[in-house]
Amino acid sequence: MITFQNMSKAFADKTVLDGVSGQFEQGRVNLVIGASGTGKSVLIRCIVGLIQPDEGHVVFDGRDFSNAPRSRTVRIRREIGMLFQGGALFDSKNVEENVMFPLDILTDMPQDAKLDRVNFCLQRVGLSNVNKKMPSELSGGMQKRVGVARAIVNNSKYLFCDEPTSGLDARTGLLIDQLIQELTYEYNITTTVVTHDMNSIVSMGDSILFLEQGKKAWEGTSSDIFHADVATLQDFIFASKLMEMAKKQV
Amino acid sequence: MEGIGKYFIFLYSMFVNRERFRTYVRQTVDECVAIGVNSIFLVAIVSVFIGAVASIQIYHTLSSPFASTFLVGYGVREMTILETAPTVMAIVFAGRVGSSIAGQLGSMRISEQIDALEILGINTTSYLVLPKILASIITYPLLVIISAFLAVYSGLIAAKFVVSVAPEDYISGLRHMFDLYSVYFAVYNSVVYALLISSISAYRGFYISGGAVAVGRASTRAVTDSCIAILLADYVMTQLLLNPSI
Repeated sequence: MITFQNMSKAFADKTVLDGVSGQFEQGRVNLVIGASGTGKSVLIRCIVGLIQPDEGHVVFDGRDFSNAPRSRTVRIRREIGMLFQGGALFDSKNVEENVMFPLDILTDMPQDAKLDRVNFCLQRVGLSNVNKKMPSELSGGMQKRVGVARAIVNNSKYLFCDEPTSGLDARTGLLIDQLIQELTYEYNITTTVVTHDMNSIVSMGDSILFLEQGKKAWEGTSSDIFHADVATLQDFIFASKLMEMAKKQV
Repeated sequence: MEGIGKYFIFLYSMFVNRERFRTYVRQTVDECVAIGVNSIFLVAIVSVFIGAVASIQIYHTLSSPFASTFLVGYGVREMTILETAPTVMAIVFAGRVGSSIAGQLGSMRISEQIDALEILGINTTSYLVLPKILASIITYPLLVIISAFLAVYSGLIAAKFVVSVAPEDYISGLRHMFDLYSVYFAVYNSVVYALLISSISAYRGFYISGGAVAVGRASTRAVTDSCIAILLADYVMTQLLLNPSI
């Protein structure tokens, strides 16, 4: 479980996060949702330490992350897998080298064992015969899958996904969501997904945190999100024509 | 001043929390190929023409009955070893390698590849930048030696076939009052230039924010800043190493 308290961050004089607290539970898909520019990505970047928060405190399974010495933060970070918005695959390496990279850096596994693990992870995300392809030769959905494979190759305990379905068509997006959900339950991972995709929210929101202008505006699950008594959340959910039409039908 | 302070912190950060030694060996060898071996052709072309032009120009400058033609070889040697091979090549090196380093790191930054490394607990400055600096320091002095050799040799060819200076005279000029210290001077300079070019370019690329425009801007600034640093270092090194009386 990841617990964070009073997370605040400002860039110049613009406050992006304003005292956000909450927790992400193990074995569940925890969503951070909200409109663009409400601080969702900044929140998870502050939690994993890619951005230094101005204030706030993060604890990973009882281990203090915010005030820890570098040796401990490195140890915790090596238990984190992250799927970035654009995939963030190393463009000078092929698929196999990309997925193998965490094992090369963090372990002393023999080459054969590393290759077996890479092939297992690539199969697990539904990719085969792409080992020698360069990232530029893959479609957006395939790049995301490779990103997922790289994030789990080191048996990560925590998985962070920053808008995993952005730039993908609805069907491919659903497949990525399904994959993240399956991996979360299968390996009992603490998964956090930043999204504003309603498909993702409906299909995998075990726990949802709604941000509005850098503040926590609502917290709940996908089953009660449609009945939430928060005007800004309702505006966010029914912003699209499709959702508006669905609401009228109901 | 803030930028200079940040630059030194950037350099310092490479030496704390380093990765395993074998990681650097592999990275450095790869960078030696990308930075050094892939620069040989450009350095060779520029050196050959600089040597030939220097030879012809010195001949015409000394077109006096009192000036001996052996001075052509002497002039080309002094000019090449002391200035063109280390310093002019450094400008060329900054254009080719500096812009490439800044562009590469800048692209990695905007496509979140650097973040992906940091998530793994990797010291990204050390992992990405240190091998580039080491490779530059290893390969640039070798490029300077190749450059000096090619410039002097092309000067000989130009002297013989363009301005009809006897090769014996040219070689006699090359040997005239030769002091090995000038070669050491060129090598010392080249190490300093390699350090400046690679570290300044890496610094410019590493801290960009924005998109493709920012990458282009970082590459331009990397070359501009490197060139200014090279010229300043050239002056300081010349004063320190060739004019120790001050």
